[in-house]
Amino acid sequence: MILTGLFDMMMRLIRAPEDGGATFWMPPQSSTIAGEVDWLFNFILGISVFFFVLIVVVMLVFVVKYRRREGWETAPASTSHNTLLELTWTGIPVALVVVIFFFGFKSYLNMSTPPANAYEIQVSGQKWNWSFTYPNGYVDQNLHVPADRPVELLMTSVDVIHSFYVPAFRVKMDVVPGRYTKAWFEATMPGEYNIFCAEYCGTGHSDMSAMVIVHPSGEFGPWLEKASNFLLTMTPVEGGRKLYEIRGCQQCHSVDGGARTGPTFFKLFGKDESLTDGLTVTVDENYIRESLLEPNAKVVAGFEAVMPTYQGRLKDDEIAALIAYIKSLDGKTGEE
Amino acid sequence: MAEGHSAVVTPMSGGASGENYLTTGKGPLSWLFTLDHKRISVMYMVCILGSFLLGGVFALLIRTELWAPGATIMTADTYNKMFTLHGAVMIFLFIIPGIPAALGNFVLPLMLGAKDVALPRLNLLSFWCWLAGATVCLVSIVVGAVDTGWTFYTPYSTTTSTAVVSMTLGAFILGFSSIFTGLNFIVTIHTMRPEGMTWFKMPLFLWSLYSTAIIQVLATPVLGITLLLLIAERTLGVGIFDPALGGDPVLYQHFFWFYSHPAVYIMILPAMGIISELVSVFSGKHIFGYKFIAWSSIAIAVFSFLVWGHHMFTSGQSGLVNMIFSALTFSVAIPSAVKVFNWLATMYKGAINLAAPMLYVLSFLFLFAIGGLTGLFLGSLSVNIHLHDTYFVVAHFHYVMFGGTVIAFLGGIHYWWPKMFGRMYSEFWARISAALIFVGFNLTFFTQFVMGSHGMPRRYYNYLEVFKPYHQASTVGSYILGVAFMIMAYYLLHSLVRGEKAPENPWGGATLEWATASPPIATNFEHEMVGLDPYDIDSLKFDRQTGNYVRKDPGSIFLKPIGDE
Amino acid sequence: MAGSHFTGHNPDLAHHFENLDQQRQSSRLGMWLFLVTEILFFGGLFCAYVVYRVNHPEVFIFGHHFLDKSLGALNTVVLICSSLTMAWAVRAAQLKQRAILQLMLVLSFVLAGTFLGVKYVEYSHKWHHGLLWASRYAPDAHILAEAGVEVAEAHGEEAVSESIEGVPGDEIGLAVEALPVDEVLPETLLENAADSEISKIAPAAVGPAGLVTPEARAAAEAERNAVIVNPANAKTFFSVYFLMTGLHGIHVILGMIAMLWLLKLTRQGVFDGGHYTKVDNIALYWHVVDLIWIYLFLLMYLID
Repeated sequence: MILTGLFDMMMRLIRAPEDGGATFWMPPQSSTIAGEVDWLFNFILGISVFFFVLIVVVMLVFVVKYRRREGWETAPASTSHNTLLELTWTGIPVALVVVIFFFGFKSYLNMSTPPANAYEIQVSGQKWNWSFTYPNGYVDQNLHVPADRPVELLMTSVDVIHSFYVPAFRVKMDVVPGRYTKAWFEATMPGEYNIFCAEYCGTGHSDMSAMVIVHPSGEFGPWLEKASNFLLTMTPVEGGRKLYEIRGCQQCHSVDGGARTGPTFFKLFGKDESLTDGLTVTVDENYIRESLLEPNAKVVAGFEAVMPTYQGRLKDDEIAALIAYIKSLDGKTGEE
Repeated sequence: MAEGHSAVVTPMSGGASGENYLTTGKGPLSWLFTLDHKRISVMYMVCILGSFLLGGVFALLIRTELWAPGATIMTADTYNKMFTLHGAVMIFLFIIPGIPAALGNFVLPLMLGAKDVALPRLNLLSFWCWLAGATVCLVSIVVGAVDTGWTFYTPYSTTTSTAVVSMTLGAFILGFSSIFTGLNFIVTIHTMRPEGMTWFKMPLFLWSLYSTAIIQVLATPVLGITLLLLIAERTLGVGIFDPALGGDPVLYQHFFWFYSHPAVYIMILPAMGIISELVSVFSGKHIFGYKFIAWSSIAIAVFSFLVWGHHMFTSGQSGLVNMIFSALTFSVAIPSAVKVFNWLATMYKGAINLAAPMLYVLSFLFLFAIGGLTGLFLGSLSVNIHLHDTYFVVAHFHYVMFGGTVIAFLGGIHYWWPKMFGRMYSEFWARISAALIFVGFNLTFFTQFVMGSHGMPRRYYNYLEVFKPYHQASTVGSYILGVAFMIMAYYLLHSLVRGEKAPENPWGGATLEWATASPPIATNFEHEMVGLDPYDIDSLKFDRQTGNYVRKDPGSIFLKPIGDE
Repeated sequence: MAGSHFTGHNPDLAHHFENLDQQRQSSRLGMWLFLVTEILFFGGLFCAYVVYRVNHPEVFIFGHHFLDKSLGALNTVVLICSSLTMAWAVRAAQLKQRAILQLMLVLSFVLAGTFLGVKYVEYSHKWHHGLLWASRYAPDAHILAEAGVEVAEAHGEEAVSESIEGVPGDEIGLAVEALPVDEVLPETLLENAADSEISKIAPAAVGPAGLVTPEARAAAEAERNAVIVNPANAKTFFSVYFLMTGLHGIHVILGMIAMLWLLKLTRQGVFDGGHYTKVDNIALYWHVVDLIWIYLFLLMYLID
């Protein structure tokens, strides 16, 4: 039984795994640089197989041809050096590795220089999941990208070192806490591909996976639009809360009464705030809306006028959702 | 021993007094406090093989766990500890001290015709450091083990709750053991060579030990300070590596690999030295290209310090740095290739004796060729990006470390076993186990190349269903390896009790260790020795009666009996 | 076993050497190699120093104000003197002058002890004022003012509240921008300080030009300047300082132990025969320890 199992395994080893486009050695080529990498891989493979076969065949021939015969007693004196031969088998490998190095470096330059028009997505790694932030502020647990358009990833980690790895794209880059690293790719085939964490990060290291979903060109925009419009499927309070989390509000405004760069949202609605110019304002729907669109018009005393405007970055229904969320933070509704 | 000096013995029948280093002095204390390099070597051998067993058990547990995706026999946390301990034990306790401390210690003074290493007390201190370091590591394993991977990357290692401090402290102490051995070998080779042995009349094993020792002395202190900083980071919070305190986690990687890449050559260089000895002796022929092999060892030692950055191509370091490290990495390939070609040329027109040690040489050539050639894939920048931190890397370094170093170590053990213990082992079982190791090894690790290039990351507890057949083949291979090593343990131990008595020179080696008794007397030689060409195999003749190789001109390597003024 | 191991005619010659010259060469070469490993050991730290110095020069310029140059100079003189006495000890051993050898070893030991004493004064001063390595770095207002940190001149004295849990003092100091201690610290500023800890990613909060008031921009500017005066990573300087001087201190202690050992051997008359290799080796070690200190003094105390 073990034997049949082994045989079955060997057969499966020889066959390629069952996903489309994969070869014995490599996963499918789904990005523009994959072909280049695979070409070099196969080039080195060719050289390696040649030298490996050469070494093993020569060795086996010698073993058979020059095996020690019965009655052998002593060795005859023999040549023990040949400088020309030495220089030959030093020179040929030198030439070959120079070639290999050159090709490796050339395709590396291509893979490490993102095109200027790349679509930028921010990646954050943490034990043990990924989050991907799109330019409009939408955050997803999987990476959705358009096909045939360069995508640049700006990556950082909030805890330990991770490494972003998509085998089908031949892309890998460490994700390091305290600094940003970049990677880019241009997907060529719509479909779903695995993202792995390649740098060991603890208990859930092997489960720190996600998918890249490559949308056919033209379908990515509508997808993002739809995904970002979660307000249609959520209550205004829930939607507002999600906006608060993904659109940068929580960087400066707490919801538990603690102070950050801006006033807390906790029990904010309906409160009388004194302003830097000495006047007083009651926080109502209009004041919140004004503060989003013209943040520095009425700044609460004790705070700096540093908030950026959300004019053109928040739609009316989003503003309404945020207002609903801030209203809910009255310490009674059950929301924080 | 005094009798040994005065006894008149014919040159080729040393040890007539019946005493040898194993019988001179009795009781455990005579071992633990011995200054005799041979006894220290035997103690090292026992401890190192014990560590190999421990690391092997961890390996089998890992392979068993990977039989199927998800939980098979242990939790993810246990698995993480298992692969960390496998790596740490195999590297720090087994393979770094392995050949130099166990075989080198025994053979080096003998090859020099010397009575001991230059600094015997330091040699003993080195062994005690090993014992102390190993004890600390074992304590660490018992109190909860480590789950960082043997590389202890920050900031994971500064934040995990496992016993990182004791494990790194153990590795720190083991570093001293390694430094002392290397320092001792350099001094010994410089000051203790016999009359006639110029640098280029040294056996190649000594050249490789010398190159290794240079790396040990120059690189290990950097590991020491790195581990010390890591300990300070964890206990005091000095913030050198921890980004939360303003440190730089990637700096740790630079420090770590500045040692740990040269350490790879601490492992492989002595192995290459053994192969150089064996291939000449078992081909019954002078080594080919002596000077090229000798210089290539030195070249490897030098280059080894310049390539550490190739472990960090994906760490975000600049493209220029990556380019330089990639180019330098390829330069290391050349001296290794030169050695392989010279070994093959040595076999040409030889009289190849397929005894067990030679089977290991052939195994080595096959496996090291794969290990070395797959290094080309990893040295190449763009391919490395894809393969980095996958099973391809795991397979590559196992082909070099196991297929290279361990196989050569086994070859060396089988070669010098008769000299060390004066007994022959069962040739039949030795060949069986050599063949099983070859098959089991390839099944275990070749599959991992394929998995790796398909994108299976290393250190994974759980994996995609598509990789299952590869993992299962690999696991079956590891069991075959386990069986092969059990066979080996059996026939080697058996030979100690029941083995045939070994002659002085059963294989036909022309180096000086074969010109004294098996096992040697406590002071090694009855005579002061002369260093002749160590590969002058044609100066020997096989004596069918005794199964021994004898010199055609017996007096040629003896200067005068020791003790004559 | 050990007894039978040394059966040579000359009691100073170990059995496995052919002559004294070979023995001396061996131990000399061994010592030099050991010193190479010592240099590399410290080399790792010097590397870390260079990396951080290049990346954050302001940290080192800021930090070195807190080191007492005169105490450092005193210690340099002390160590150089001890090197001299050790060299003299070697000479005495060569000339078989037991009394002088003994005196020199005692002097070297005393000088080494003096060095450690001065070091203790420096350390305790830093300990007292919270100038410690990263995780315990919490300098008090007094020491910052004393060091003449520009922050103090520009805005009055630094006020650091240690009452906020989990926030390292310097981060507070950074954001608070130093108000006179006798003034009540406005709460809002303290809150701002806490905020800088919560958000690790710098807020992309610079809106379109028209919306940021000139005052706000000036405030941001002032904050940036303050960063240079009292850098956020000043603690790294003290980490490096304590690691390097601490490790050096351990080497000084080891050297003192070795001196005591030599002293014992001297009194037993081991060096009466002129076999001074052991003294020579320890002296070599001591010179290296001395040399490392000189580099430390230059790099930590003096360089601006």
